[in-house]
Amino acid sequence: MTGLAIAANGLRKSYGDKLVLDGVDLAVPEGTIFSLLGPNGAGKTTAVKILSTLITADAGELRVGGHDLAADPQSVRAAIGVTGQFSAVDGLITGEENMLLMADLHHLPRREGRRVAAELLERFDLAEAARKPASTYSGGMKRRLDIAMTLVGDPRIIFLDEPTTGLDPRSRHTMWQIIRELVTGGVTVFLTTQYLEEADELADRIAVLNDGRIAAEGTAEQLKRIVPGGHVRLRFTDPAAYRTAATALTEASRDDDALALQLPSDGTQRELRSILDHLDAAGIEADELTVHTPDLDDVFFALTDPAAVPAQPKEAVR
Amino acid sequence: MSNLALAVRDSSTMLRRNLLHARRYPSLTLNLLLTPIMLLLLFVYIFGDAMSAGLGDGGGDRSAYIAYIVPGLLLMTIGSTTIGTAVSVSNDMTEGIIARFRTMAIHRSSVLIGHVIGSVLQSVVSVVLVGAVGVAIGFRSTDATALEWLAAFGLLVLFALALTWIAVGMGLISPNAEAASNNALPLILLPLLSSAFVPVDGMPGWFRPIAEYQPFTPAIETLRGLLLGTGIGHNGWLAVAWCLGLAVLGYLWSTARFHQDPK
Repeated sequence: MTGLAIAANGLRKSYGDKLVLDGVDLAVPEGTIFSLLGPNGAGKTTAVKILSTLITADAGELRVGGHDLAADPQSVRAAIGVTGQFSAVDGLITGEENMLLMADLHHLPRREGRRVAAELLERFDLAEAARKPASTYSGGMKRRLDIAMTLVGDPRIIFLDEPTTGLDPRSRHTMWQIIRELVTGGVTVFLTTQYLEEADELADRIAVLNDGRIAAEGTAEQLKRIVPGGHVRLRFTDPAAYRTAATALTEASRDDDALALQLPSDGTQRELRSILDHLDAAGIEADELTVHTPDLDDVFFALTDPAAVPAQPKEAVR
Repeated sequence: MSNLALAVRDSSTMLRRNLLHARRYPSLTLNLLLTPIMLLLLFVYIFGDAMSAGLGDGGGDRSAYIAYIVPGLLLMTIGSTTIGTAVSVSNDMTEGIIARFRTMAIHRSSVLIGHVIGSVLQSVVSVVLVGAVGVAIGFRSTDATALEWLAAFGLLVLFALALTWIAVGMGLISPNAEAASNNALPLILLPLLSSAFVPVDGMPGWFRPIAEYQPFTPAIETLRGLLLGTGIGHNGWLAVAWCLGLAVLGYLWSTARFHQDPK
């Protein structure tokens, strides 16, 4: 289990004159969760579509499950399972019929197909709704059915394109639990998301995709280190109080228009207390105090700001 | 699994899926059946006397017109059913599950083949139903032998296969169901411009070649010949050639279109 489940080298794709993926390199070891993080329009879905054989790349050496994507897409298809952004279930037939359809397409013997379908429906809490048309399912149920269908063929590599977008918090946590369980069986998961929190929760490695290029890659910890986003923000209503505070807190960055100061902080209780002590000692009383932890915005501002990451070519921030 | 075995197995799975759709949502199929049945009743009972006068053999009676019109309407029924094919293919392509099928190690064209076989079966059922209405209002085959019945059935199936493959292509190029039903309109308009309702001889001279050689007329004349003993002449070969040509063209067009990268 030391090989790469997914390897991409110089992946390029454009639609007309719009360049969507501009030389993307990826390496995903077997049995890990890899997350492709990025805003809408960054090219995440295009990357998944290409790696899952749905569309063809313009250029790049691509191997999935040890098979060359261009030369042998059918072997790639035999190794993967895909759950796209838009639910890939047949709404006109029931959940159970959807599962049996998958079993038939994976050429399982009838009896085994029924067993696998029943097991998965049970596991994903869909047994009760199994006889209802899939179009009547809620968003969370559809996603669960979608993943259950993906698992029928026992794929070794699973692509999940924004599996939690549009789900309520409870369904999102259920989905996270499901994804964690997948990798315990040795499955490789390639996950796209626009939520840093989600990548942080799940992924062994994260790549940040922006404007068709990998802006940064590493573990969640490594990424957070390059993001200077964690801070405490103090806001004042009285300009005089603001000026006094700004003079006392020399390490703070100032926002004169908003009468706000920003102090770097990792958001821990210990640091917060020391900041509060410091404010008390200096006799400063802010009208509003908020704690900011790094989020996707911070990552993006950091990664697309030439001053923060000099090596990155500057492209328009959308 | 060999390529052929894979094709057969996956296509029959897809066929089961399409039949399940048709069984669960029969309204589309039934709606499409209404057009030929309404036309049959309209032309026989409302226009029947006027129309039979135009048959050209010295003014037949209404039963002569029933005999004349039924073969054409049976083929029109197929045209009407395949509009449903175009609509359901177009609908299906907007479903996420098609993307799933494309990323699975299944026979690539099985999705389309499932649609085609399902639609041909629907055509056969529809033809039988419209035919039953025809028999109910007095249509009788005069002298058809078992072999001729078999040939008539074969012609109907072949014709359905040809139109269905064309309809699948029309469904694939249509962005939505409305566009699909518009694009497939010729399939139900063409019979109006054929010998289905009036003999081609009664049409203006400049139009006659168009009416005579479009796909429906040879098929209608052949079916008439088989069921009623009228002359078939070159129409038999013409009908078979049209069917095979359209089927091959539709197949190549549809599969090429389906194998392209989706948008």
